[in-house]
Amino acid sequence: MSGMSAAEQATALWTLVRKEYHRILRIWVQTLVPPAITMTLYFIIFGNLIGSRIGEMGGFSYMQYIAPGLIMMSVITNSYGNVVSSFFGAKFGRHIEEMLVSPMPDWLIIAGHVAGGVMRGLCVGALVTIVALFFTDLDVKHPLITVSVVLLTAIVFSLGGFLNAVFAKKFDDISIVPTFILTPLTYLGGVFYSISLLPDFWERVSMANPILYMVNAFRYGILGVSDIGLGKAYLIIITFVVALFWFALVLMKRGTGIRD
Amino acid sequence: MQALSLRGLHKIYPNGVEALKGLDLDVAEGDFFALLGPNGAGKTTAIGIITSLVTKTGGTVTVFGHDLDRELQAAKACIGLVPQELNLNQFEKVLSIVVNQAGYYGLGRAVAMERAERYLSELQLWDRRDDIARNLSGGMKRRLMIARALVHEPKLLILDEPTAGVDIEIRRSMWEFLKKINDEGTSIILTTHYLEEAESLCRNVAIIDHGRIIENDRMSRVLRKLQLETFVLSLDQELAEAPQLDGYAVRLREPGLLEVDVEATQDINDLFEVLSASGLKVVSMRNKANRLEELFLRLVEAGESRT
Ligand SMILES: Nc1ncnc2c1ncn2[C@@H]1O[C@H](COP(=O)(O)OP(=O)(O)OP(=O)(O)O)[C@@H](O)[C@H]1O
Ligand SMILES: [Mg+2]
Repeated sequence: MSGMSAAEQATALWTLVRKEYHRILRIWVQTLVPPAITMTLYFIIFGNLIGSRIGEMGGFSYMQYIAPGLIMMSVITNSYGNVVSSFFGAKFGRHIEEMLVSPMPDWLIIAGHVAGGVMRGLCVGALVTIVALFFTDLDVKHPLITVSVVLLTAIVFSLGGFLNAVFAKKFDDISIVPTFILTPLTYLGGVFYSISLLPDFWERVSMANPILYMVNAFRYGILGVSDIGLGKAYLIIITFVVALFWFALVLMKRGTGIRD
Repeated sequence: MQALSLRGLHKIYPNGVEALKGLDLDVAEGDFFALLGPNGAGKTTAIGIITSLVTKTGGTVTVFGHDLDRELQAAKACIGLVPQELNLNQFEKVLSIVVNQAGYYGLGRAVAMERAERYLSELQLWDRRDDIARNLSGGMKRRLMIARALVHEPKLLILDEPTAGVDIEIRRSMWEFLKKINDEGTSIILTTHYLEEAESLCRNVAIIDHGRIIENDRMSRVLRKLQLETFVLSLDQELAEAPQLDGYAVRLREPGLLEVDVEATQDINDLFEVLSASGLKVVSMRNKANRLEELFLRLVEAGESRT
């Protein structure tokens, strides 16, 4: 007998995805409701109240302009948050051992959690899109770009959440990265404004922010406008997917943070 | 074929503790094997390495011929683990814990459900299948971990103190159950601090202390090695001091209670003759401690004086 067959691996992966799915639904009050409420407030305050005074941005009403950004923002935080809390929770409650003793290869454990993060990210993204449609129209200009960018971004941040969980030793550690890195980068990543409004220097600084590329590529998919080149955006996103996945694999193999 | 074979297993934890100092051990297929040792001896560390929960510093582990370094997945598929520390997802339902574990081994849902029902029933947990793990009693959680470890029908079941904190009735039914699956062909490695448990269940035993094997033999032979047995005798009268009995070491525990050491070369008939000759009448008699317990303490003490 050798390792798991492809069919067995598919079963194992499906088991992980199913488990994540049930976890998301079981604690829906924590996983699905808060982002919907927050984003509704954003739409009311920034889109409706303040946005009406801002006027147009990139040739669209402010509400339309920020809608893709806000959808993307919720996808990012929820993909990340799902994996970091699920995987760290498993570490903390020790039931990660259920996976570690099993013959599931490392890539499969990572893939299962990433799939869970993507699932939550896309669910919340869809919820926020529905909320957005109460406030404005959204005609998707380039469906393929929209879907691929949101999917790849969800994968990037699910992997990020996974890495965070691997390194985390206590509960504080799973909120440090979101608070001090993720949120600032997202707010400064062109969710609320076009970087062409910034002074030259800050515009160039902003170009170093990977989230900028994701938000703009997604906005291009929906509205057809973007601050940056699409090719470069894909290149950056895919590089992140590959690099983070590889890093996660290395850490799993070494047992960093999960095996004494 | 060996169910398990360890060679030169070595572990130094990141904090510098050297938990295993070159462990060599063989467990034959079909065996019921006791791995004994005092707290901190390195039992859980060894089991952790065998089950991929702890990284080894050196040495090799082979499970049913699969080297952990070369055929990890195949080796893992052969093992079921009941860990010492609870590692259940407290918020998950009993049934899904077991069914998911089957899924991690690549078992389809139909098979998983069927086996979950079988093992949960055998361990008297089927009625509690819809409870979340947190709502189970301590003993039930232990049994749930056994069901979870068996759902992929491993060839080697490793139990790290499965009966800790389990009441005597349930403990006995767990023993029956383990005997049964051992008879059906599952090799079992058991650690426990209840030595009577090891004595009554296991055919072979290794005693580990300070990261080294200090005894490894058939249980019967290990017990035979014990040259001395201590009996506690109740007398029909109270004595002021211990009587002199020729050839026996005698201590007075209480006015009516004697402790007598009997060596393997002596026999008990002689003891009674000597007792009668001294005009002492024995009302009842029992073995002092469990014999294995005594041997165990002696070995560990010997080890202590060596270091
Ligand atoms: N994660 C860890 N980090 C550092 N040291 C550890 C760790 N786990 C165990 N140790 C140390 O390794 C040694 C062996 O511990 P281990 O848990 O293997 O003993 P044990 O034989 O299972 O004991 P017990 O009967 O109490 O369960 C002890 O000195 C322990 O303190
Ligand atoms: Mg232990």
